[in-house]
Amino acid sequence: MTVTDLAVRKSVTVEAPVDKAFRVFTEGIDRWWSREHHIGAADLEHAVLEPRMGGRWYEIGVDGSECEWGRVLQWEPPSRLVLAWQINGSWQFDPTLVTEVEVRFVSEASNRTRVELEHRDLERFGDAQEQIRTAFNSPGGWQGLLDSFAQAVAASERDDP
Amino acid sequence: MATYHDALSALADPTRRRIFERLAGGPQPVVELARGLPVSRPAVSQHLRVLKEAGLVVDRQAGARRLYRLNPDGLGALRAYLDRFWDQELAAFKAAAEREQGEEGT
Repeated sequence: MTVTDLAVRKSVTVEAPVDKAFRVFTEGIDRWWSREHHIGAADLEHAVLEPRMGGRWYEIGVDGSECEWGRVLQWEPPSRLVLAWQINGSWQFDPTLVTEVEVRFVSEASNRTRVELEHRDLERFGDAQEQIRTAFNSPGGWQGLLDSFAQAVAASERDDP
Repeated sequence: MATYHDALSALADPTRRRIFERLAGGPQPVVELARGLPVSRPAVSQHLRVLKEAGLVVDRQAGARRLYRLNPDGLGALRAYLDRFWDQELAAFKAAAEREQGEEGT
């Protein structure tokens, strides 16, 4: 694996049946999601994953505020789940950014499940950065500001030589 | 050339992770970064040096101050962060699933 590999792949084996593992991962996300991992200004009160196709994936802060993380793109209990991760490199929700987190639950024994996670399309963070660069270079961006500045300077030179 | 492992081990430290996350919001000088962190300014400088050696941040002189920001080749940095992020979350998930399974019995 190198830094140019545009996916993160993880695997963990859990001593629990596949349906249990799926349920804890989805409906039970609030019981395990790290309290450090939130994007809102407020500390994390709850992590929520609505257990259905198209369901919301979001956080609720201790002040009651909600911050979106993404959506449920594929809902195939108890074997597969695809989530949209729409948090950009500045840790903000960006509806135009969609990276996918696919989670597969593979039953290895009646009481053992291998959980494989792939966070892919990371190059789209690069696209988002490209969009930011483009925005900065647009007439309303830095170039526009510099042009206005240059015009203002030229005008003041004319008025007050 | 910093390697992937350098990046991962640099981010294994929670204070460095916090500094890294703060820099995601934009360039900052050391004094600004140290504010609100439970470590001294020299300690923040030391953490920044580790992050810099790992290729995760770059710095430049801006007047009297030195500004730190995420390495513009940030995809690798972000990827390294996510790698660590999912390690943590899957470990927490495993613990929760096994705890609940243990409570219910087999």
